[in-house]
Amino acid sequence: MTPSDSNNASSGTSADNVKTEVFASNEDLKSVAIRLRRHIVTMIAKADSGHPGGSLSAVEIATALFWKVLRHKPSDPQWKNRDRFILSKGHAAPLLYSVLAECGYFPMSELSTLRQIDSRLQGHADRTATPGVEMSSGSLGQGLSFAIGVALAGRLNAQNYRVYALLSDGECDEGQVWEAAMAAAQFKVDNLTAIVDNNGLQLSGRNRDIMSLEPLNEKWAAFGWHVTDVDGHDLTQLLDALEKAKKVRGQPAVIIAHTVKGKGVSFMENNVDFHGKAPDAEQLETALKELA
Amino acid sequence: MAEEVSLRDTYGKTLVELGKKNPDIVVLDADLRPSTMTKYFAQEFPERFFDVGIAEQNMIGIASGLAASGKIPFASTFAVFAPGRCFDQIRVSVAQARLNVKIVSTHCGVTVGEDGASHQALEDLALTCSLPGLTVIVPADAIETARVIEAVATHVGPCYVRLPRAKLPNINSDDYRFEIGKAVTMRPGKDATVIAIGVMVAQALEAAAELAKEGIDCRVLNMPTLKPIDETAIVKAAEETGAIVTAEEHQEHGGLGSTVARIIAKHNPVPMEFVAVKDVFGMSGKPNELLERYRLTAKDIVGAVREVIKRKR
Repeated sequence: MTPSDSNNASSGTSADNVKTEVFASNEDLKSVAIRLRRHIVTMIAKADSGHPGGSLSAVEIATALFWKVLRHKPSDPQWKNRDRFILSKGHAAPLLYSVLAECGYFPMSELSTLRQIDSRLQGHADRTATPGVEMSSGSLGQGLSFAIGVALAGRLNAQNYRVYALLSDGECDEGQVWEAAMAAAQFKVDNLTAIVDNNGLQLSGRNRDIMSLEPLNEKWAAFGWHVTDVDGHDLTQLLDALEKAKKVRGQPAVIIAHTVKGKGVSFMENNVDFHGKAPDAEQLETALKELA
Repeated sequence: MAEEVSLRDTYGKTLVELGKKNPDIVVLDADLRPSTMTKYFAQEFPERFFDVGIAEQNMIGIASGLAASGKIPFASTFAVFAPGRCFDQIRVSVAQARLNVKIVSTHCGVTVGEDGASHQALEDLALTCSLPGLTVIVPADAIETARVIEAVATHVGPCYVRLPRAKLPNINSDDYRFEIGKAVTMRPGKDATVIAIGVMVAQALEAAAELAKEGIDCRVLNMPTLKPIDETAIVKAAEETGAIVTAEEHQEHGGLGSTVARIIAKHNPVPMEFVAVKDVFGMSGKPNELLERYRLTAKDIVGAVREVIKRKR
C-alpha cells in the first residue's frame, strides 16, 4: 500500500505533493479560463444542444478550484484523500468535462462526443459514466445533501479531505437545498464549502421576476452558514475566499459568487436564451473570436 | 396462532447487532426514531446516527454521500415518505448513481390503522420496483426481517425494505435462511398456488389450511424479494398447479400481482386472481377492520382460489 492509498489523516504530506499534478500560476489561470470557455462553446455547438450560459458563468470558480485549491489526482480519480468537487448544478456538465479533460482525467478528444449516444460525457453529470465526476446530477437541489454525506464520512473516518459543492442560484428555489443548509449547520459540517454561482438568471427569466432569492446572503447566514460575497470572475477574490473558508470552524461555509451568465461571449452574456441553447456555426465562430 | 412480534422492533435490534460487527454501518432517520425503532442504534452508536429532522429528501441525499464514501447507510422513515415523498432523490441520487443505500421504511399498508389514508403507503412497491438496480424486499415476519436486514447489509447495491407497523405472527422457524431473489415454499400443493408477500403470507397459510378441508391442495409461496423476483418459482407454480392467486397489502397496480402476471403472460399464461387494494385510498380504522374492508383476509384468499380454480383449463 502506497502512502497515497492510506485511509488516515496523517497522509496530508502526500496530499500536498499531489497538488503539483495539476497546477497553474496565477498568470496562467486566465489562459486556463479562456481554454475552458472555448471548449464549452465548441462542444455544445458540436452537440447542437446543452447549457452554455451556466457553464460559462462558473468558469473562474472551477478554474480556481481545480488548478489551485483541490488536492486531486487525475491519474487516480478514486484516490481516497482527494478533495471532493460535487457539481450540483448538473446542467453545467460541459464546464466540468472541459475541466476534467484539461486536467487529464480523460483525453481532450473525447470532448467532441458530448451528448452523443454511448458517450461517457452524458448530457448531465453522471458518476457512473465519467472519470472524475463525483456525483450524478441534473435534477436540481440534490448535490448539497450528497456533499454533506461525503463530509460526514470524512469526519467519521478522520480523513482530512474537504468537500466543495457548486450550486446555481436558481437551484436555491428547491426546498431540499434549505433542508441541507439546516442540516449542515446542525451537524457543524466545517469540512464543506458551498459555492453559489449567482448569475441572476434561471431558465425562463430573471430570478427576481420568477422567484426572488434576495436577500441571498442573509438567507444563508440565517441558516447558520459562514457567508462570503465575491466577484465570481475575479480569481484573486475567489482564491482568497476559498482559502478563508477552509479556516472556518464549527459551521459550514458558503461563497456567493456574483457572476454573469454566458460570461465571455458577448451575445450570450445576461441572455436567458442561452441558458439551454447551442450556438449555431456562425455564432460559434464569433464566440471563438471573442475568446482568443 | 403463533406469538405476534414487531418487525420494526426486530429491525432496530438487528441494526445494533450489525453495528457492533461493522463500524461502516451508519443510520439516518427523519424524526421518527421511536417509530422506525432506529432509536436503539441511536442510543448505542450516537456518533454514527444522523437525525435530519422532518426532511426526507435531504436524508436520502446525505445517505447517498455516505454510501459514495464507503459507509453502509440505513435510512428509515415511514413508507409514505420514502419512497413517497422523495422518489426523485431515490431515483437520481441512489438508483441512477448506483449507490449502496439501504432504505428501510415502516408503516406500510392499511394495517397502519387509525392514522388513515395519508399514512398508509399502498403504492411504494410500484414506485420502487420501477427503478433499475434497486432491490425490493418485503419480509413476512420478525424472523425473516432479521435475516433480510443482515442480507441487505452485506449485499452491495441499493435496497428498499418494506416493513409494517403491526406485529405479525412468526411463520418461519428460527433456522430460516433468507436469500435475495429466492421464493420460499411455505406449503406444497398441486391444485393452485397462492403467492403472497408481507402481512398476507400468514393470511395465505390460513387460507390454505381452510381450503384443505374442502379437498383443495393449495401451494403457498412467500415472495420476499419482489425485485429481482424469482421467475423460476413463478413459472414452475404456473406449470405445476395451473392457477395463481397473488396476495399483497398494496395497490393492485404495479405490485406483486402485476409482476407475477407479466411473468406468466410471457412464459405460461394460466388463470390468475388478485387479492390487493383495488384503486382506492385507505381510511382510519383498526388494522383488522381495514384488512376486512379492503378484502385482504384469509377469507378473501379462499374466495379467490375457488374462483381461479373454476377457470382452470
